[in-house]
Amino acid sequence: MSTIASTAPPAPRARGAARATRRSPWLGWIGRRLVQLALGVVFVATAAFFILRLLPGDPARTIAGVDARPETVAHLRASLGLDRSLPAQYVSYLGDVARLDFGQSFSSHRDVTALIGDRLLGTLLLAGLACAVMLVVGVAVGMVAGAATEGGRRPRVEMAFGFGNGLLASLPEFVTGVFLVYVFGVTLGWLPIAGRGGPDSWVLPVLALAIAPTAALARIVRLETVRVLATDYVRAARGHRLPARLLYLRHALPNLLTSALTIGGLLFAGLLGSTVVVENVFAWPGLGTLVVEAIETRDYPVIEGAVFVLGVMVLVINTLVDAALAWLDPRLLTETA
Amino acid sequence: MARPRPTARAVVVGVAVLVLLLAAVLGPTLLDDQAGKVDVLSARQGSSSAHWLGTDDLGRDIFARTVVATRLSLELSLAAALLAALVGFPLGALAGVLGPRARRAVGRVISVAVAFPAILVALFVCAIMGAGSKSAVIAMAIALTPIFARVAQTLAAAIATSDYMDNARVVGIGPRRLLWRYVLPNAAEPLISVTMVAAASALIVLSALSFLGLGVRPPQYDWGAMLSDGLERLYTTPVAALAPAVAIVFAGIVFTLVGEELARLANPMARRAAGPRRAARTTRDDAGAPAPRSAPAPAADDAAAAHADDAALVAAVADLEVTIGGGATRPVRGVSLAVAPGEVVGVVGESGSGKSMTALALSRLLPPSASVSASELRVAGVDLRRRPAAATRKHLATALGMVFQNPMSSLNPALRIGTQVTEASEVHLGLSRAEARQRAIARLTEVGIADAPERLRQHPHEWSGGMQQRAMIAAALMTDPRLIVADEPTTALDVTVQKQILELLKDTRERDGVAVLLISHDLGVVAEICDRVLVMYAGELVEEGLAADVLRAPLHPYPRALLASIPRLDTPRGEDLATIPGQPPAADADIVGCPFAPRCAHAREACGAQRPRLAEHRPAHRAACLRIGELESDPMNDGAVSIKAVGA
Repeated sequence: MSTIASTAPPAPRARGAARATRRSPWLGWIGRRLVQLALGVVFVATAAFFILRLLPGDPARTIAGVDARPETVAHLRASLGLDRSLPAQYVSYLGDVARLDFGQSFSSHRDVTALIGDRLLGTLLLAGLACAVMLVVGVAVGMVAGAATEGGRRPRVEMAFGFGNGLLASLPEFVTGVFLVYVFGVTLGWLPIAGRGGPDSWVLPVLALAIAPTAALARIVRLETVRVLATDYVRAARGHRLPARLLYLRHALPNLLTSALTIGGLLFAGLLGSTVVVENVFAWPGLGTLVVEAIETRDYPVIEGAVFVLGVMVLVINTLVDAALAWLDPRLLTETA
Repeated sequence: MARPRPTARAVVVGVAVLVLLLAAVLGPTLLDDQAGKVDVLSARQGSSSAHWLGTDDLGRDIFARTVVATRLSLELSLAAALLAALVGFPLGALAGVLGPRARRAVGRVISVAVAFPAILVALFVCAIMGAGSKSAVIAMAIALTPIFARVAQTLAAAIATSDYMDNARVVGIGPRRLLWRYVLPNAAEPLISVTMVAAASALIVLSALSFLGLGVRPPQYDWGAMLSDGLERLYTTPVAALAPAVAIVFAGIVFTLVGEELARLANPMARRAAGPRRAARTTRDDAGAPAPRSAPAPAADDAAAAHADDAALVAAVADLEVTIGGGATRPVRGVSLAVAPGEVVGVVGESGSGKSMTALALSRLLPPSASVSASELRVAGVDLRRRPAAATRKHLATALGMVFQNPMSSLNPALRIGTQVTEASEVHLGLSRAEARQRAIARLTEVGIADAPERLRQHPHEWSGGMQQRAMIAAALMTDPRLIVADEPTTALDVTVQKQILELLKDTRERDGVAVLLISHDLGVVAEICDRVLVMYAGELVEEGLAADVLRAPLHPYPRALLASIPRLDTPRGEDLATIPGQPPAADADIVGCPFAPRCAHAREACGAQRPRLAEHRPAHRAACLRIGELESDPMNDGAVSIKAVGA
């Protein structure tokens, strides 16, 4: 940071530098992140590639079954390209992935890309909705609790909040799912318990996914709210006698969001993992049910494709979260990661 | 040896652990028969004395099955966590002692790996190894390894570069002792925490794998597998699903709590702090608080008389008391002051003298733990002893501007400077965004910011400290205030910038006729711009008068000593500077007599017993000292010479 004696007009060089730091950081940041993302995608593709190649023993034999005839095994090996050298297989695999060609499903003989395309949206929407619920409810509840317990006020409220939060945050999503199905599906009969249909079919899966991360996020947001409300700049804003709305939403919220989004980003990636499990509780047509079925039936092309897509989704989510963080706190842009 | 009594929480956790351990150790031995006995005739029964939780579809006892499943569930998750620890810790520790470039690269890989959900990694491993409990444990261990690596890497880096390690090496402590006495105790708490957190997450993910049919397979069963079976029969025998569900949650919470308790035991500081927290009862702006125990400072009458023309004053304070934590700590003890329009009043004192608390009380910005009482507390005609009505709040907001000590932390890092400078005028004066912007540009230009239109779009971190303080002053001036309270406005700045900021405050007063209440520990700063000076000591006013009088010929021994401690050009070289021996009394001390008496060179017995009143000894020059009459006859430099100079 340059200390410009502001009684004198700033030197032209300093002014130019100020302008440069205003325009360039995003370009450099995006460049760095795209390279990292590309490396990550190659890594995920490599991991998917090795699923089949790391199978114990002879992969073709394993897939075809112990009592398969040698010709069948040889044919399968050739059709999977397993008869070529590993580097050759790897290069052609990466080419296929680049064209989003994951081959055909063993069991349904459909294009894996088409199968994944059918299921992708269901998973993304489920995880995205749960994430939205988590962010909105988690931040709101955390901020209200933080404002109520600011500076050590209301220790009882703080204790009750901590207890309830700790309990909810430690509920695994599939357990929450089972509880919700039992209460709202079986006992009360209010909501459908399986499959994807009307809007009401989304309620329980989204809730099952969102409850634990919402509680975890609310805990962090409460702590951060208490911290931010004690800062000098909030005191300065109070000195301006701003209405509560501006004080909390304009002055406190952006400074909470950095840590809330850091945690939320980690939780969002975790949500994707939880979605895979929750889909199986609610028989939801998504990538989670697809990949679990595929593992059970040893449908390797589908496993590879689904693992690749899920991995890339995690990478993309993390990159987007980092972008949001940098947007909120421009200092992150100039930091060399 | 007196051991600290276990907390109630520790007892609860201990009992819960005992329950889990008993179920795991004895469950399979005692209840295996009952758990495995198929009895179709008594299938789908409700709760009974024979079957506490009823029976499942095959007539097996659900309670017995849940208890029996404990051992396998715990075994597998602990095995996975230990395996991950054995691989992850050495990996991370190794990465922690690498060169900086390699460390950064490994760190990046670890953080990407940590961000991958464990269940996805576990699914990936299960896809290769097939379903089964062995592959589930290995899958889980692989999924958890990055967490351990991350913690070990951070710890290794932190400990290797810590001061205490340097010291230990310097005094020649051998590597083995170093490891046992220095590294492990400092690493123990995070290691224990992460291991238990990992065990809890292993339990949950392993249960999830079994639930998905990829973990434990029949005839073996863990809670996850039971849950999966139970879900299909939720309509007929819901307990078959709910019992293992509760068990998973219970065990997960116990793991986490055990981690916290063990970490507390391993960390002596946390253990000491774990005692019952004193609930700080707080009342904000509690005008009706019980009267302070000591009588208010006897200046009240004088002050009231001096404030007869109250309406004209921009600030009028009488008998201000600030207490913290329900009255034990009293940083401000009966302060009275007045600021006339356009006047610059300085409040000086050492840190802890209560001067900043006075400023914050005057602007209603004290933290919630503090409470305020006063017989008068009026700023710009608004009575601040109770929460003002909305309209008066608006009036106060425009009439009173604040400038704080540390501009770097007093500007919101997330907002543009423009927003922060303009918002008060938008809210309170109803200016449109464009009008407020024009006004902000004018104000910023006035305070010496070149390029204001462009600079408004920047964030605080793009400004230097001096410029930030100028922005704070510009923001305070936006609403044409009658009083600016400046709390140590130059303390955090370079000396050259300090000078500029003081000039700026002076100019502002001359141009706009704004009164300034300047809080400072620096006599030089006060001498620079103040019309009148108040000297605070231990929460009380000890002297007040025109700046020229107080700074040139102070009455009270405390400001005399302060002045004597300032080095001058004509101070003979080699002579020790005068210092004031001793410490000011603590804010929670009960003071009977003069608070300065223990450090005063002129103190007599009476000073320790009788509280001096603030009284006028020269025209418009008042001090609180019993011995002023005698000291007054001494020449001024007597005060300086008679200080008990340390080392002299």
